Amino acid sequence: MSERHWRIALPVLVLLLVMALWQTLVQIWVIPPYVLPSPALVLSTLVSDAPLLLQSLGVTLITTFLGFLLAAIGGVTLAVAFHQWRPVGYAFYPYAVALQVTPIVAVAPLLLIYLPQQLAVLACAWIVAFFPVLANTTLGLNSVDHNLIALFELYKASRAQILLNLKLPAALPQILAGLRIAGGLSLIGAVVAEIAAGSAGAGSGLAYRIAESGYRLNIPRMFAALLLLSLAGIAIFFLLSAITQRVLGRWHESATPRER
Amino acid sequence: MIEPASAIVTLRDVGKTFERGTVALDGFNLEVRDGEFVSLLGPSGCGKSTALRVVAGLSEPSTGTVEWADGKHVRIGFVFQEPTLMPWADVAANVRLPLTIAHADEGKAHAAVAQALDRVGLSEFAGAYPRELSGGMKMRVSIARALVTEPRLLLMDEPFAALDEITRFKLNNDLLTLWRMLKRTVMFVTHSVFESVYLSQRIVVMTPRPGRVFTELTIDAPYPRDELFRTSVEYAVYCRMVSEALEKAMAGAAA
Repeated sequence: MSERHWRIALPVLVLLLVMALWQTLVQIWVIPPYVLPSPALVLSTLVSDAPLLLQSLGVTLITTFLGFLLAAIGGVTLAVAFHQWRPVGYAFYPYAVALQVTPIVAVAPLLLIYLPQQLAVLACAWIVAFFPVLANTTLGLNSVDHNLIALFELYKASRAQILLNLKLPAALPQILAGLRIAGGLSLIGAVVAEIAAGSAGAGSGLAYRIAESGYRLNIPRMFAALLLLSLAGIAIFFLLSAITQRVLGRWHESATPRER
Repeated sequence: MIEPASAIVTLRDVGKTFERGTVALDGFNLEVRDGEFVSLLGPSGCGKSTALRVVAGLSEPSTGTVEWADGKHVRIGFVFQEPTLMPWADVAANVRLPLTIAHADEGKAHAAVAQALDRVGLSEFAGAYPRELSGGMKMRVSIARALVTEPRLLLMDEPFAALDEITRFKLNNDLLTLWRMLKRTVMFVTHSVFESVYLSQRIVVMTPRPGRVFTELTIDAPYPRDELFRTSVEYAVYCRMVSEALEKAMAGAAA
């Protein structure tokens, strides 16, 4: 087997072993499902509760996607604005940092007071996700080869041309790295807000299902919902990685194999 | 020796002090004549690159003036020490950059890029990306980009310093061929005595910190120059002469 096959086979093997061990222990010790459900029970719950869980997954994914989209647009736009007009950057960057370092779990209940619930959840997803896009884009815009900038100036390029033809393409690897982080974080933001909203007694996202199932001691459904959330996060990560690979294609070191 | 043509640009008493207080140039005087191949020679940090950037307009002189013949800038091509290519754009798009910035006519730009690539021998690599090229080929792309606007003055800042000797010799020869064919003015910055003698009609030896002109030497050897010239007695004599001048320039600065 080649290295590539091993990279797929080994994690799958670990998964199967852990599942088998888990299943065996639950059966040997006769652990009740409300303490620890067996993997088989979690899977069968996933199938039986599929209509409910998938609908909730849809709600969470839409929030995540919108939060991510707004974070991507907002993060890049803010970074460009901060970069092009330094005073704007000086004025607002500290508050962007403040927004980022304040734990979202603590902010979510407040947002739920002032905003309609769906908007509050979306705002949480956005707050968590936009900063890595902003920070990475800023880094990328500031890391452009000085000689290339000099070259553009030599040929009398306008500020807009330098931005569009030089700085944004040059920052693309960093922007994409920021988006990859933002994808996972917007899911986290959506989940945190849903759980906060759930405790306030409303909502229908997947995280709300987890909280609700917890109150009802429906532990198999908690696991099933958790599994779906985890799969959603993994899917987002791989999707964004594939997009990165596709966009950077032939030119960036990170997207091309090292030749030996 | 043929009497040199009129000046295309003249630097008078140019001084350049950077914000941190480094004096890169002080009382620097230089006349670049139409059609000549002139080299600025000096150790690292002697201000020769700064002088080139002042001519290019990339750096404002702190004192003194840059005077252009007829009072107007001529078109300039600039080649950096690094190839300075856009990694996300293919060779053709990189060469085309100056024309893209100037919103040049599509058909004309296409023809100009094809011609520039042909001149540096890279016609077959128009669709390649920079990371797929060798160091020497990247430098050729950089030169093609500088030539694509048909500049009258080509400014080169140690363009071959990072290349291996075999590639450098080849590019030296190709540059001389281009210079003789296109009849442009070349202002070439180098820290190599051997390279400056091989290429130039005139060598301006600079003193380090602050950069001043120590002396000017004429290399009155005929063109075309080739590998035979590189091993000739004449070449060796010129190299010794220039080396001695450089040594004196350095000693003078240290005293």
